[in-house]
Amino acid sequence: MTALIILLCVILIIIVLVQIGKVTELTAQIKGEREVMRDNSKWNGWLSVGFMLVFLPATVISAWMYKNEMMGYGPHASASAHGGMIDSLFNITLFFTGIVFVLTHIALFWFAYKYRWQEGRKARFISHDNRLEIWWTVIPAVVMAFLVVNGLNTWNTVMADIQGDEDFIEIEATGQQFNWIIRYPGLDGKLGARNFKLTTAGNQLGQDFTDPKNWDDVLPGQELLLPVGKKIRVRITAKDVLHNFYLPHMRLKMDAVPGMPTYFVFTPIKTTAEYRNELRKYPDYNTPADPADPTGPKRWEKFEYELACAELCGKGHYSMKRVFKVVPQEEYDAWLKKQESFYLTQVRGKEDDPNKERVLDVEVKQRAVDFSANIKKAVESTNAADKVLRLDNIFFETGSAALKTDSRYELDNLVAAMGANSQMVIEIGGHTDNSGDPVANQALSAQRANMVVKYLTDRGVPASRLRAVGYGDTKPSVPNDSPENMAKNRRTELRIL
Amino acid sequence: MAHVASASETLEEKLTQELGYDDHFHEHHHGDKFQSNFLTHYIFSTDHKMIARQFLMTGMFWAFIGAAMSIIFRLQLGFPEADLAWLRPLLGKWIQVNEAGIGKLDPEFYYALVTMHGTILVFFVLTAGLSGTFSNLLIPLQIGARDMASPLLNAFSYWAFFLAGVVMFLSLFLSTGPFSGGWTAYPPLSALPQASDGSGAGMTMWIVSMALFVVSVLLGGVNYITTVLNMRTKGMSMWRMPLTIWAFFVTAILGLLSFPVLLSGVFLLMFDRSMGTSFYLNEIVVGGEVLDRIGGSPILYQHLFWFLGHPEVYIIILPAMGIVSEVLSVHARKPIFGYRAMVFSILAIAFLSFIVWAHHMFMSGVNPFISNFFVIFTLIIAVPSAVKVFNWISTIYGSNLRFTSASLFAVGFVSMFISGGLTGIFLGNSAIDIQLHDTYFVVAHFHIVMGIAAFFGMFSGIYHWFPKMFGRFMNETLGKVHFWGTLVGAYAIFWPMHYTGMAGVPRRYYSIDNFESFRHFTELNQFITVAAIVVFFLQVLFMVNFFYSIFSGRKVTVKNPWGANSLEWTTPIEPGHGNWPNNIPTVQRWAYDYGKNGEEFIPQYIPLKEGEHDHGH
Repeated sequence: MTALIILLCVILIIIVLVQIGKVTELTAQIKGEREVMRDNSKWNGWLSVGFMLVFLPATVISAWMYKNEMMGYGPHASASAHGGMIDSLFNITLFFTGIVFVLTHIALFWFAYKYRWQEGRKARFISHDNRLEIWWTVIPAVVMAFLVVNGLNTWNTVMADIQGDEDFIEIEATGQQFNWIIRYPGLDGKLGARNFKLTTAGNQLGQDFTDPKNWDDVLPGQELLLPVGKKIRVRITAKDVLHNFYLPHMRLKMDAVPGMPTYFVFTPIKTTAEYRNELRKYPDYNTPADPADPTGPKRWEKFEYELACAELCGKGHYSMKRVFKVVPQEEYDAWLKKQESFYLTQVRGKEDDPNKERVLDVEVKQRAVDFSANIKKAVESTNAADKVLRLDNIFFETGSAALKTDSRYELDNLVAAMGANSQMVIEIGGHTDNSGDPVANQALSAQRANMVVKYLTDRGVPASRLRAVGYGDTKPSVPNDSPENMAKNRRTELRIL
Repeated sequence: MAHVASASETLEEKLTQELGYDDHFHEHHHGDKFQSNFLTHYIFSTDHKMIARQFLMTGMFWAFIGAAMSIIFRLQLGFPEADLAWLRPLLGKWIQVNEAGIGKLDPEFYYALVTMHGTILVFFVLTAGLSGTFSNLLIPLQIGARDMASPLLNAFSYWAFFLAGVVMFLSLFLSTGPFSGGWTAYPPLSALPQASDGSGAGMTMWIVSMALFVVSVLLGGVNYITTVLNMRTKGMSMWRMPLTIWAFFVTAILGLLSFPVLLSGVFLLMFDRSMGTSFYLNEIVVGGEVLDRIGGSPILYQHLFWFLGHPEVYIIILPAMGIVSEVLSVHARKPIFGYRAMVFSILAIAFLSFIVWAHHMFMSGVNPFISNFFVIFTLIIAVPSAVKVFNWISTIYGSNLRFTSASLFAVGFVSMFISGGLTGIFLGNSAIDIQLHDTYFVVAHFHIVMGIAAFFGMFSGIYHWFPKMFGRFMNETLGKVHFWGTLVGAYAIFWPMHYTGMAGVPRRYYSIDNFESFRHFTELNQFITVAAIVVFFLQVLFMVNFFYSIFSGRKVTVKNPWGANSLEWTTPIEPGHGNWPNNIPTVQRWAYDYGKNGEEFIPQYIPLKEGEHDHGH
């Protein structure tokens, strides 16, 4: 209903204006043409100069009102090392264009007023002036040359990729409809390879897990941290359509292109907390962040380094927000350490793990650590039950005493443990389940225990500190009532004597 | 201004009789055999003046649609909480009404509106509506030709444009909506129907429409070039042509060289969409589906698109510059300052426009090294542009400027061109573009410099040549309300966008409320939306004035109401087919002898006096 009323009002105004137009035409016929031209010239001359006198101050006053948005000024100072160069180039350009803007507008509207039509005035016949033309070709050319040199200097510095052996962190941002997937390289500092054909619901990025660099890569949850003062190279990719990785406070923007990784190198110079404290000094930032909630947090308190998408990517384009928190190096290191590898937590050992058949270096290292800890615990314990350790990672060929090659990791840990505890004497016990002939079972278990002892003596452990016993199926750890339990009973045990 | 008429008209007839060129033309008072009935006269006309009016009216229809679309999405941006349920009768399912009865604009349709607004305004209004109208009207009239080189191709050019419009219009009614991936139609978004509803049938129709449009531009362009080169009347050397003709001529050349590249670009896009090729597609996983497309590059499309796209902005602005040069000079009663410098700067701008396209792609992932060249060439364009601005201002200096709606819009054009041109110096410098690319700063820049400025040029031309088109004047009072309102209103809309742009607010956002960095612009966005609505209704006022004046405007009583020098004012008040009833006038001097030797104006058909210097030779 209000819309209808507004529409009617508008129509009415237009009708009134048309009537006024008609009336002025009629009065013009009565007043005579010269009179009308005189009035017209006077009115529009004044409007001309009046417009200039309002417009030019309005541009300055509005710029003052919105000074918070001026690049390089206080609350809108750049938060990256290179951003200051961009801001100062902006302001240099603003200086020159500002002068041209004001002078040309004064000339344009002042001349329009001054040389408005007046009866009897004759226009001057000036067709051209080559000297003037040369002046106003050369002066803009010189100013442009200055801006070009400055601009290209800045551009080539800002866009330079990592040089030689610079210290930097590489992270990866992948755009998809309608969110960002951010990947950190883990402790090795290197991002693993990707192949878009490997993309599945459980492997959003198509990471190629046969590449060891992928094993420790991290896909953090909501919280994303970056260390202050450290050079960061963002590798930028897209899965479906074009996106753009845009961090306005960092003066950073780069398209994410499917099938063509791009990059941007930057160094954050202010932590989120520092930026907030900076903003706190300005009254405009001490107003409520949400006008609907006057008692809620202030604008400076809600400040974040927000990541946005700056290339139209579909109907959810406006919603691709992520937040990066810039923190001191120590806080970043602690955070990164806490992050779990995507591969090891989500993919390892599952159906589509391409490394099911392999033991990974990280796992070998972890087992060595765990093994020595377990041995230590067993040595220190006084409880007889605690002195028995099950050696889970010693594998034999089926029905044979031959060791599988993957067993060497556990056995080497054992060699190391024997070296570290020079007084320790151990018994290696072979156990089977109750299937098959008990005699044969006993013989096999004895042979297997002997194989382990032989491995150890071959590596210099004195035979005097080792016993090998074949227990056969006589000492099941659990009843042999299910295939799972029977598997548990097929085992090699270590007992500290 | 009746006093300027009668005496000079008899002189003109005498001179045309004595010096004019006799091509044995016979006027048929009731139209000739090709244009005798309503259908052949008004609809399937081959007369350049009628085709010009067809281009103008079609352009106005599209301008209205395009502007109305912008009002709808400005409502969303200025008043995101507002209830838009009242738009349901018009927009149907694109307004989602929730349980509380509050209607919200569907984001998908928001993007469709933004896309259509851009496509319509750039191509249908500011290319066809501006260049199509005035090239058609003025080229034969100002160079002294009876019609275009090929009137039939000229008519085809209009009808191809008309069909392009029909296809685009129909696409608005698709259930999946019109194309919604931005007027630049970047793949992969535009290539993958899975990525966006609008990239389905809407995009197919967009491509068909564009192909038809390119046909229109090429047919028109070939005609304009041929006509200007071959059909100038006796004495009309290139250096005696009005600047309008220079501008239209160069514009046509730009169109001829650049539009085919767009066509090839969208054809490859069509192959990617429907024939399984991969010109623009590489390693894509969309909605969980791994596509079997490798080897292409989305960047290739951007090169092809902007190879047109950049000359396109000059295709839009050059005709406006030509019109403004002519109108300013006529109403200033003073020659255009530095005619030759004006021509050379048009040529320089046209040449440079072909080697700056990648300045739209600084942040697209092209090698940063390449950008160095594009920065240099882009900023060089500021030099010929500055020359033009200084020459316009110098034209006003020392003049006796008549404030008509036409000359006011010409002055407004210069202001807009300065304001919008200067912000181009920021954006053309790739380092600053890192921050400003795809923000509202860009929106402000191009709307002022090629949107508002081009519209001002167009309005200037319409007010100035309306008497030639319809034999009546437009109402000057309404024209001045239109001008001052639009000048203030347009700055009110676009000036504040510089500030949101500097703050980093990205363009093409349905809502900015979930970003703490951007959400504090609520009041500013409301202000902009209100200004946009006011300006919209001022344009409605213009259209009322336009159509009212066609039928009831003050009648033109003399052939040359503005006291102008160029040849179109030597034709009868309502010229018939063939433009001049008898001989074609011959040209004796350049078009800008205003205020020379104490004469207020000396039309081009007046022979040079003994020892008089001709400024065009």
